[in-house]
Amino acid sequence: MEISWVFFTATILASSAPLVIASLGETFSEKAGVINLSLDGTILLGAMVGFVTAYKSGSVILGTLVAGCSGAVVASIIGIFSIFWRIPQVAIGFVLALTCKDLAYFLGSNYTRIKGPQLENLPIPFLSKIPVVGNMLFCHNLMTYISLALIPLSWFYCFRTRPGLILRAVGENPIACYARGYKVGKIQFFYVVLGGFLVGIAGAIYSLGVKPGWGRPQGAEGIGWIALALVIFGGWHPIRVAFGAYFFGFLQALGVILQNVWINVPAQLFQVAPFPLMILALVLVNRPTFMNRFFSMFYSRPPEALGKMFSLE
Amino acid sequence: MKITDWVIVILAVFSVTTVVLFLVGAPPIDAYMLIFKGAFGSWRHFAQVLNVWIPLVICSCGLLFTFNMGLWNIGVEGQIMLGAVGSTFVIKACSSVFSPSLILVVAGICAILGGALWAVAAGFLKIRGNVHEIFSGLGLNFVAQALILWLIFGPWKRPGIASMSGTEPFPKSLWFPVPAGWRVSPFMIGLAVVLLLATAKVLQATRWGLVLKALGSNVKAAGVYGISVNRNLFFAMLCAGAFAGLVGFFQTTVIYHRLIPAISSNYGYLSLLVVMLAQYNWKPVPFIALLFAILQVGSIQLPLMLRIDSSLSGVIQGLLVLTAIGVMYARRRS
Repeated sequence: MEISWVFFTATILASSAPLVIASLGETFSEKAGVINLSLDGTILLGAMVGFVTAYKSGSVILGTLVAGCSGAVVASIIGIFSIFWRIPQVAIGFVLALTCKDLAYFLGSNYTRIKGPQLENLPIPFLSKIPVVGNMLFCHNLMTYISLALIPLSWFYCFRTRPGLILRAVGENPIACYARGYKVGKIQFFYVVLGGFLVGIAGAIYSLGVKPGWGRPQGAEGIGWIALALVIFGGWHPIRVAFGAYFFGFLQALGVILQNVWINVPAQLFQVAPFPLMILALVLVNRPTFMNRFFSMFYSRPPEALGKMFSLE
Repeated sequence: MKITDWVIVILAVFSVTTVVLFLVGAPPIDAYMLIFKGAFGSWRHFAQVLNVWIPLVICSCGLLFTFNMGLWNIGVEGQIMLGAVGSTFVIKACSSVFSPSLILVVAGICAILGGALWAVAAGFLKIRGNVHEIFSGLGLNFVAQALILWLIFGPWKRPGIASMSGTEPFPKSLWFPVPAGWRVSPFMIGLAVVLLLATAKVLQATRWGLVLKALGSNVKAAGVYGISVNRNLFFAMLCAGAFAGLVGFFQTTVIYHRLIPAISSNYGYLSLLVVMLAQYNWKPVPFIALLFAILQVGSIQLPLMLRIDSSLSGVIQGLLVLTAIGVMYARRRS
């Protein structure tokens, strides 16, 4: 029984890795005050680009990096439109979410249902030999380790370093930042692109690891919306956001297990169920009155200037 | 936007698409010809275009109400699904009780109620739960999808084996009547036109339309003036949901004659794009809906004939909206 528990936890850690990375990327972008609503499309585009690049070149790492760049390109469109041209972010993001999804299906249609390279498991020497914990934490692929490391790193960056302080300040009060001599537009643009890069990488982890291969549907549909919801209800706090991502991974893993227990319930239902459950859980946590007394750690406030574009007029 | 702006947008988008097609290695002229032929090649094809145009126009009408108030009703997809569930429920439950024509009327009412219920739920979550309508809408979309899957594989499954192909088709007497030889219901075309004109009238020439616009442009000022935000939000969502529910009725009784998992055919999201491209005005809506319907139907043949994916239509539609927004704001600044 203990071994299956270890396996269960390891599965959750591995399958939530892309969601963690994507929602942390979005956290950076929103902390700087820009909502990147295109996540659902960007993840699929990253999945397609990552898979095709890795298939052509044979290098998984190259595929992941190129996928990241594709995400950064999409994010830079949002950055240019919203920061420099002051077009509503939500409109641009929503259109891009739909367009990138179709673009990914369109460009990737010659690469569906073929076997390609995958991220390999890299057990860490010595540490993976520790009983229980070794199998749980130290027998994953590279990207899972990166996702685990990214959680404390982004917390440290946001709350304990000077650039992190500037990042938060830009999202809270851009006018004061401008008066203090910081180039608000450039800083925001940098974090939007950085966030997009992470989201693109998350897409590649799906097509190269969690749900290997490319197809229509790929299996990562809808994840981007979950990541967006996680950032908001996780209170723009890296650790809480990551906690939410693992909760979603838990729900998905639970679905796979229950699928084998309740055989007469259709399998499709178990694949869909985590999505509404997640949103409902987040809505409950977000209730301003009752629940927050219990979940006070979830209490949060959005960056003051989130979604409002900075201008000097 | 002026006519010249529209020309710029369309030329820009088609040059980008042509480059993309070249990169993929597909002959662009052939692809465009195929789309054109797929939409206008015969009466049968054009009837299909109209069958996409009708739901797009009806759904866009509903979205005009919410967009004018500044609401992002992304839950419209789930509202269509609930409309479809509502009408299927009536047809399943009452087929032995009422006469066919009465059943269709009741099914239509039930579909409208279902869509409205889903929209009001999103509105309620916004007012009481303080949840942004984008996320409550998305959550409810997922719930609606799960509900449809459960119904198809559970209580309403086909005798024998349940499958993704949907429920048992309705008996022919319960199909929405279409004149012999026609492949599109003239009644539904008329209904779409009437609803569009009615929406335009309400938004332009009534007090409520003005109230919605006031709320959309400045919530605080409208509140000070004594306009209730919550009540108008509730009614705007109700309208959008009712229109979307009607689309669900259309999809089940006119098009598919059964409930299928993809009953909404993404028309909700497409209508959001239509209304955005129309810049929240009613006038361009029928023309943009027609263009989108042509792309949608015309691209069906692409995978068979040229081995390129039919999602090309989605790419063109998205690029159109993006470019139009860019051009519009560039004009506004200059």
